[in-house]
Amino acid sequence: MTLLLIVLLPLVGALLPAWFIRWGRNQSALAAGVVTGTAFALLLSLSSSVFAGEVPRADWTWMSSIGLSLAFMADGLGYLFAFLILGIGLLVVLYARYYLSEKDPMGRFYAYLLLFMGAMLGVVLADNLIVLLVFWELTSLTSFLLIGYWKHLPEGRQGARMALVVTGGGGLAMLAGFILLGNIAGTYQLSEILQMGEVIQAHDLYAPMLVLVLIGAFTKSAQFPFHFWLPHAMAAPTPVSAYLHSATMVKAGVFLLARLFPALSGTELWFFLVTGAGAATLLFAAYVALTKHDLKGLLAYSTVSHLGMITVLFGIGTAAAAVVGIFHIMNHAAFKASLFMNAGIVDHETGTRDIRRLSGLWAAMPITGVLAIIAAAAMAGVPLFNGFLSKEMFFEQAWALEYQFVEGVPWLLPAIVTLAALFSVAYSIRLVWSVFFGPQAEDLPKPPHDPPFGMLLPVGILAALCIVVGIVPVLVAGPMLAVAATATIGIAPPEYSLTLWHGFNIPLLMTALAFVGGIVAYWKRWAIIGLHEGPLPFPEAKRIFDGTIDRLAAFSHGTTAALENGSLQRYLALLVGAAVVAMGWPFLTGSWSAGPGPGTPLDGMSLVVWAILVGAAVATAALHRRRILALVVVSVVGLMLALAFVHLSAPDLALTQLSVEVVTVVLLLLALHLLPKEGPSEDSIGRKARDVGLAVAAGCAVTAMAWVILTNPVDTISGFHLAESYPGGGGTNVVNVILVDFRGFDTFGEIIVLAIAGLGIYAMIDALGVPDRWKIGSPDDEVRYPLLLTVITRLLLPLALLVSMYLFLRGHNQPGGGFIAGLVTAVALILQYVASGIGWTTDRFVRDYHGAIALGVLAAGATGLGAWLFGYPFLTGWFDYFELPIIGEFELASAVLFDIGVYLTVVAGVLLMLVNMGKIRNASAAAPDAADGEG
Amino acid sequence: MLTFALTFGFTAMGLAMLLNIVRLVKGPDTVDRVTALDTLYINTIAVLMLVGIRIGSDIFFEAALLIAMMGFVGTVALAKHIRRGSIIE
Repeated sequence: MTLLLIVLLPLVGALLPAWFIRWGRNQSALAAGVVTGTAFALLLSLSSSVFAGEVPRADWTWMSSIGLSLAFMADGLGYLFAFLILGIGLLVVLYARYYLSEKDPMGRFYAYLLLFMGAMLGVVLADNLIVLLVFWELTSLTSFLLIGYWKHLPEGRQGARMALVVTGGGGLAMLAGFILLGNIAGTYQLSEILQMGEVIQAHDLYAPMLVLVLIGAFTKSAQFPFHFWLPHAMAAPTPVSAYLHSATMVKAGVFLLARLFPALSGTELWFFLVTGAGAATLLFAAYVALTKHDLKGLLAYSTVSHLGMITVLFGIGTAAAAVVGIFHIMNHAAFKASLFMNAGIVDHETGTRDIRRLSGLWAAMPITGVLAIIAAAAMAGVPLFNGFLSKEMFFEQAWALEYQFVEGVPWLLPAIVTLAALFSVAYSIRLVWSVFFGPQAEDLPKPPHDPPFGMLLPVGILAALCIVVGIVPVLVAGPMLAVAATATIGIAPPEYSLTLWHGFNIPLLMTALAFVGGIVAYWKRWAIIGLHEGPLPFPEAKRIFDGTIDRLAAFSHGTTAALENGSLQRYLALLVGAAVVAMGWPFLTGSWSAGPGPGTPLDGMSLVVWAILVGAAVATAALHRRRILALVVVSVVGLMLALAFVHLSAPDLALTQLSVEVVTVVLLLLALHLLPKEGPSEDSIGRKARDVGLAVAAGCAVTAMAWVILTNPVDTISGFHLAESYPGGGGTNVVNVILVDFRGFDTFGEIIVLAIAGLGIYAMIDALGVPDRWKIGSPDDEVRYPLLLTVITRLLLPLALLVSMYLFLRGHNQPGGGFIAGLVTAVALILQYVASGIGWTTDRFVRDYHGAIALGVLAAGATGLGAWLFGYPFLTGWFDYFELPIIGEFELASAVLFDIGVYLTVVAGVLLMLVNMGKIRNASAAAPDAADGEG
Repeated sequence: MLTFALTFGFTAMGLAMLLNIVRLVKGPDTVDRVTALDTLYINTIAVLMLVGIRIGSDIFFEAALLIAMMGFVGTVALAKHIRRGSIIE
């Protein structure tokens, strides 16, 4: 339970800072801090059990048949990451309070931040692959919001979009990979998958699965060749970069490598893919970092490079290397978050992040300078700082490899690693020396000074951690590293020593080389930068990305335009043609033929109805350009269809058909009034021939299919419905019981669709500025509302409502129900609008149809939810019988309440659409004072 | 006797419906056609009654009731459209 709370608290608590901002910025920040702090405290309450080697779990089965369950676990690895997420999150909350300016919407910032935090916690604590993936995609979405937080900056929006496309796309690949992995392992439960490493690695699908999962991890952790989004994400506010791009989001990729380490690692393929990508990233990004003039750009590439280093470590595949990887994740989070915040301070206090303009800030910002030196030293791997320890251990691992990239060249990886470390030293020096030392800069946009204490404190805490871990690693980081490493590799980790001095050995030599070379590289940095910006061809990732997106969009547009040119005739021709082929195929191949079943006897009346039906249908097609006439003929089709339903013993269908028919006629008349009386002829002879051919073919195919199905003995589900209708749903009208009970969820969805359609039409017409009040009592009222009609329709109204109520109440047991009753009521009210006008009718009946729609949907929904109160699933029906004096025995069913919801939605939806359609013409034709303006 | 009456009734109504259709096709006016449609509605009610008598059930009487009502509304709407153009004003 605690675990679920830890994840849910930031997700739900995201509302608080957005709400508290109305009382001020401090209140908003405090709310975010309290939410984060509470989650952190909850996490710490798990410490004793985690450090004792237990794994707190929480598991709610959802759909066990497909392996879905909401499962969380806090093993050492998850605990370490949750600790980083919440601990650094707390510091970022404090930092952002001072970083964001008055103009920035702070409530929204904290809301996004907390949402992201919750998503991230979900990723690291998930015990189910699918849950992990859902939260993984959530981190992509929420980071999109955070990166694009400054909406007015085009770089921010574009960077956010790029990050979303790359990480979200990687997530899709990962989904495929996870499904493969789940199928291989036979479970989606992580803790079970981690036990099955050998089975998984021996499987045929191991290679494709691994590639797909790695695409997910590499996109997230900005590994080559997917690294390019991270530098562009630097358009985000610095607290976001400090949080997402040092400690959390980009670590999700390496987290995944660590999480799945026991299941996937150790093969040659794993080594080549993971270490290969990692090594390329490590070296390439370290080199580019030196050439960046933007403080955050430098840090972004340095982050990419360090992530490459962690990736290399996991790729090596040995337990010892994985331990070092975990250790470096901890160290990197500390010094990189601190450096990002430091860069933010410099930017905030001087107004620029350009290293070429910054110089000699030491005099104005000594505290910031000291903190920067500490964190940069850790990044460069100077002894006595935490980065030194993990880097030395890294060198040691790079030297002792199981596999080789190139046979006979064992020094290849160590050489790459040393070279990267050399660049790392050089850019670390540049970050400190070029900014804080040298001559004082003259032309800074703002006079620099140290920032407020609230901004320094988080940086200071992280810098202090860098030193403490660097000097007494065993005391501070030892226990957490031990449990996290154990959880990662699945067994007790091999011996490793967290000490400063290992004697004179190869790693020490590599360190020395890196430092000497790094200082030289810094000294000669302009030569390197010149080489980078000049003769070396360097692909501009953003241009390639934008070009690819543009080409994809153009391709989609082209394909869409080729398939869909907006012609309804074409749609229908394709649709009907495809249906004809699909239906005709089984006949042609001979697998379908007429069965032995008896035909229905033909009588004279049926023949007449059938002839009229066919004739009217043909006439509709022939007369479709004379629109009113076509409408009259189509009414004949509808009426004959109702008779056909009667003939085939489907009274519910007949009732529905009749009501829908008249509503359709009214709707079409409203629309026809806005259209010319005659349609233009647009079809060529060839096209007409094609359409006639298609129509005849479709008619024959449907007839043949109906014939086959009706004459062959088939076992349908109607038997079940007939048998279960009364005992299961409490009604004898199977059609209605299906609607409100067996398939109640469908009906619920359908009335929601109806409600949305009604509201959508209302919204569109409302935007036309249709007047809401209708004048009555103008001179031509006698023409508009003939007395005879008005009187008759008013007399008819109560009778029609009575019919409607009758149909509603009997619906559960006999033909009728909420849908038909709703249509009847709607038609009865429409009649009043037709006969007595909008003004008269709205004055006397409901004005607020959209309110009634909401009421209907809510009533149906509340009935469904009611079942929960009694411990049943959503929309479980209930009914019972009661005795009342005089009335006698009667039935009460929850389905009736649900049906009331259907009824209300239908009435209000239909009226909202029709009445607002009617208003359009009146508004356009007759402005209030042009009372005789009749078109 | 009843069988004979029913047969006669069905024959007469079938004939009547066909004649409705003839008027509906011939016109010549839209008003003629709408009136033909309205009469078709009424004749359909009679057919439903006959069906009810034949199978000895009242299950289709609601359908007949609805036809009566809906046919009226449809006719009113068409008439209003012919006379005024806008049916809801």
